[in-house]
Amino acid sequence: MSEVIVITSGKGGVGKTTTSANLGTGLAMEGKKVAMIDADIGLRNLDVIMGLENRIVYDLIDVVEGKCRLKQALIRDKRFENLFLMPAAQTKDKDSISPEQMTKLCETLKEDFDYIIIDCPAGIERGFKNAIAGADKAVVVTTPEVSAVRDADRIIGLLEANNLSRPTLILNRIRVDMVRKGDMMAMEDVTEILAIDILGIVPDDESIVVSANKGEPAVTDDNSKAGTAYRNITQRILGNNVPLMDLDVDNGFLKKLKRLFKAN
Amino acid sequence: MDLLNLFGKKPSTKNIAKERLKLVLIHDRVNCSTQVLEMLKTDIIRVISNYMEIDEEELDIQITQTQSEDSNGNVPMLYANIPIKSMRKVQM
Repeated sequence: MSEVIVITSGKGGVGKTTTSANLGTGLAMEGKKVAMIDADIGLRNLDVIMGLENRIVYDLIDVVEGKCRLKQALIRDKRFENLFLMPAAQTKDKDSISPEQMTKLCETLKEDFDYIIIDCPAGIERGFKNAIAGADKAVVVTTPEVSAVRDADRIIGLLEANNLSRPTLILNRIRVDMVRKGDMMAMEDVTEILAIDILGIVPDDESIVVSANKGEPAVTDDNSKAGTAYRNITQRILGNNVPLMDLDVDNGFLKKLKRLFKAN
Repeated sequence: MDLLNLFGKKPSTKNIAKERLKLVLIHDRVNCSTQVLEMLKTDIIRVISNYMEIDEEELDIQITQTQSEDSNGNVPMLYANIPIKSMRKVQM
């Protein structure tokens, strides 16, 4: 059974595109046939994160306008032959496609793919409405910051108003050192405020920047902490019960010393 | 006892964030701006003042949350604490 999952957040810059790239790639690594749609028309980025920017000939709007066939606009990934990207148009605006056309596109893709991952643009306007139109499930990405959590709350309300009830949450860019000091909200704080089920937690990790530089999602890197987090989330999407990542793995000298004192 | 507390560790800012978020979300969720709340407050004072003299200094009107009776979730609630100074003679 095919599933269309939209990755959304409200606020920009919290990691929607990175999440889309990693989950799409993660599902492909598990042998699923995956299509990723970049719904951020005018500000596309999923292509560069995936390292596929040089292969774009046609885009989403070309398909909708009938300038090419659907298959012509789907770019095959460099490493995984069962992973495809439908790039957004860079020179058009968000009104070039309607929610009805997006729904139809998703329905068509469902015939050929196991998973369709939609990278939603920031905001709550037309681009958001387009991106969620054909989705069966929604994943909300946020960081443990007041602005991101506030926008996530708004998005959750809008998703529920659009029949995407019970979205799940990915808490991104957690800094364990700051959480430990009480200077960053922990997962429990955010889920309590948003009243939402958690799909996964991702640590703040330099490897995400490195992987974006190279155009190779971190999920393929066994040594990346964030990559491991995304592999775990992939398993949960597949319905497997994987415990949440233990981010508190710092066993340095100071940590041990502190534990010793706390024990008393 | 946590050794860090001995050296005057500052209060955590995450709790400040949580409290601020909870408050702002209550307003976001019911789509009620502080401006609208001010207007509501003015109207309530005007109506009540027809019947009683109230202490406007001590008046407290705000939107908070309360546990819903028929579901598990929290629902927004309009909270008003209006101290009465005296009743007015009302012409029937």
